[in-house]
Amino acid sequence: MTEPEIAVRVRGVAKSFGGTRILNDITIDFIKGAVHALVGENGAGKSSVGKIIGGYYSADEGTVEIDGEAVTRFSPRDALQRGIAMIHQELQLVPELTVLQNVFLGQETNRGGVLVGGDLGRFRTLEETCEFGLDPHAKVASLRIAERQKVEIMRAVARDASVIIMDEPTSSLTEDEADRLHALIARLKSRGTTVIYVSHFLDHILANCDRVTIMRDGAVIRTAPVEGETKQSLVDSMLGQASEIIWPDLPAPPAHDVTPIAQMHDVATTAGLRDINVSIRPGEIVGLIGLVGSGRTEVGRALFGADRILRGNYTIDGVPRNNLAIHEAVKSGIALVPEDRRKEGLVLTQTTRPNVSLASLDRISRLGVLNARTERDRVSAMIRHFGIVPARVDGEVAFYSGGNQQKVLLSKWAVDKPRLLILDEPSRGVDIGARQRIHEFIVEMAAAGVGILLISSEIEEVINLSHRGYLMSEGRIFEEVNCRELTVQDALNRIFREQGQDAHPHEGVTA
Amino acid sequence: MSATNTSDKPVFRIDWISIGNFARQYGVLVIIGALLIGLSFASENFFTARNLLNILNQSAPLAIIACALTLVIIGGGFDLSTGAIFGVASVAAGWLAVNVDPYLAILAGPVIGIMLGGINGLIITGFGVHSFLVTLATSLVYRGVAILITGGSLIPVRIAEFSWLGRERIGIVNVAVIVLLLFMALMTFLLNQTTFGRKVFAVGGNEEAAILSGIRTKLVKIMTFCLSGGAAGLAGVISVSRISMAEPQAGVGMELEAIAAVILGGTSIMGGSGAVWRSVSGVLLIALIGNGFNILNVNPFFKDLTTGVIIVIAVALAASARRR
Repeated sequence: MTEPEIAVRVRGVAKSFGGTRILNDITIDFIKGAVHALVGENGAGKSSVGKIIGGYYSADEGTVEIDGEAVTRFSPRDALQRGIAMIHQELQLVPELTVLQNVFLGQETNRGGVLVGGDLGRFRTLEETCEFGLDPHAKVASLRIAERQKVEIMRAVARDASVIIMDEPTSSLTEDEADRLHALIARLKSRGTTVIYVSHFLDHILANCDRVTIMRDGAVIRTAPVEGETKQSLVDSMLGQASEIIWPDLPAPPAHDVTPIAQMHDVATTAGLRDINVSIRPGEIVGLIGLVGSGRTEVGRALFGADRILRGNYTIDGVPRNNLAIHEAVKSGIALVPEDRRKEGLVLTQTTRPNVSLASLDRISRLGVLNARTERDRVSAMIRHFGIVPARVDGEVAFYSGGNQQKVLLSKWAVDKPRLLILDEPSRGVDIGARQRIHEFIVEMAAAGVGILLISSEIEEVINLSHRGYLMSEGRIFEEVNCRELTVQDALNRIFREQGQDAHPHEGVTA
Repeated sequence: MSATNTSDKPVFRIDWISIGNFARQYGVLVIIGALLIGLSFASENFFTARNLLNILNQSAPLAIIACALTLVIIGGGFDLSTGAIFGVASVAAGWLAVNVDPYLAILAGPVIGIMLGGINGLIITGFGVHSFLVTLATSLVYRGVAILITGGSLIPVRIAEFSWLGRERIGIVNVAVIVLLLFMALMTFLLNQTTFGRKVFAVGGNEEAAILSGIRTKLVKIMTFCLSGGAAGLAGVISVSRISMAEPQAGVGMELEAIAAVILGGTSIMGGSGAVWRSVSGVLLIALIGNGFNILNVNPFFKDLTTGVIIVIAVALAASARRR
């Protein structure tokens, strides 16, 4: 075999932020036309490596060579000119513009700066490669996260980049959509594009990447071909010890005659839900299983009083509450952890302490005056309970890793044990350690008598953590299932059958 | 973040990030300190209790408005109607003092302000219109009301039971300064020690997160506008009792001065962060610049120019420190 051509060569790179070293002597060769995965726990530094190659960070030490040429001062603009495009974990789109305008932002068809049209034609050509099925005229603000991610990916492809860095590209995609993304990556690869693939999803990496670099604590553990690796070998290297991917044991489900905390009967809402029949009993974990857009999130929002109920009955403890407002829901002990923690969950201008206290201010105050000591004690207890790092009561949440931000968000509700906890994508974009802890937390809460509604795009997660589940499709719940006797494939088959489609609608795409 | 960086090896580089953060955190105080020292050397009449108290007294009405406006801005809002509310409260208090009762007049100023602020808040939250637009419109309406009350003329108010508020002293300290200090303490307490303050920070920092935490964000917003209206009313009464004259055009342009002071102090215009002491510092800085020009006998044309340049520098510093 001849010496492979190197697209990007990283040599001895180090990077510090405010005295903390986040990258240490990083040396990686990215082979041209290969799909190269970066794996590691959150905080291991894999995103930072991506950002240095993408020009968002500059290295303190070491060199980056692109096509054999060393680059020194480097900006995202320089990187783009050299054919390096980055797709961010925190998406960077202009919400008020359309899909089309975002995809061609900064490279619109123009003559002397005057827009002359023709972008739509380019979009159609692009769509032949990408097959995302996005409406070019839809406003990005109206899209869900998964769709926004597709826009971001199209933008990178539209720039004809020779190196594309993808930071957690599948974190909000369903399995089906992820398959389509991987098919796209295969097509890009066949054209000679180098893909740097940063992800937590080890299955995706094993199935779709050529090489993998495992990182831990800001250093490279090893770079190897994917063929020799297994899920277990990756996890062991990431954590630095042998460990198993284990699902915690569920507590016994409550008896059938226990009165549900919340129950919906034939409910329809303003968000487009119909025929919603759900009940959640104390100590029970109930999962919602469906594809993106099937209405999972909306069921959670309806139970929380965030969307209006148009028809049907909603009862809490047997009392009709069709016109429930969110603040009343919180008073009745209902809690919602939303899917987008930065946009809907955390107040990033504030530290850990006020974020944790936000939903239970009445418990730490008398006549509206806060008791500082009670608050500190409660927040410290939560930091210990979840193992939040940094373990500071007034840590700046905005700079925490995804996993720790999620723990802060869970603390907000755990600090004052709710009666019904609605979790929407609780482990998205979170490292393995935090994920494990979050799963334990779910089981802990159920064992303590809290009713839980679990929503996740990872069907495996829902099935393994729930007693009972509801299958959803197109805004409807069409079947109730026993999660202890369900497999992922089984669930998907039923959903596709319900949609009146073939069980494998995209067969052939994942070649 | 770490100003006391104890590194193993000696570092000769200047840590611009730390300096930038420090400038953002305490820049106002540093500039005020520098002005105090500089002006003390420039004129022996400057650093006297009399002159300093005078500066405080002169800026008390503006500082009171800026204190309450801080809560509006932290809550993600904007209030352009404080100047007009100041005007309405002025003439209403003047009229009441002459025709009804001077003590009732003093009470009426803040109460009218709270009501007008409440109207702002109700329109903003009821129709979901941005506070900038709503208060721009209501400021015109309120100014019109002020003119209607007096028919456009001035109301002289020479009543001892009324003018004590703006003119009397307790010891050597003006009553207005004491009112300012009490009001500042109250606003600081509300913002930092109460559940209401927490909600204000949350609403301005991330309204969606606040709603999903069960906070009644509309109520919180309405209350912040009531506070800034009430403060404008109180400031109006103090001002009328000081000059013994109520005029419908009082306080024109004051809303912009108040906003400038809040921003100059370092409270984020984006909402979600800030402090009451910052806004008072901003007011004092503007007042010191003015006082300095008087003492040094410089062409007053340069006063606005200098104030403007300092605001630009302060805002630019704040923005550069936020970038990472």
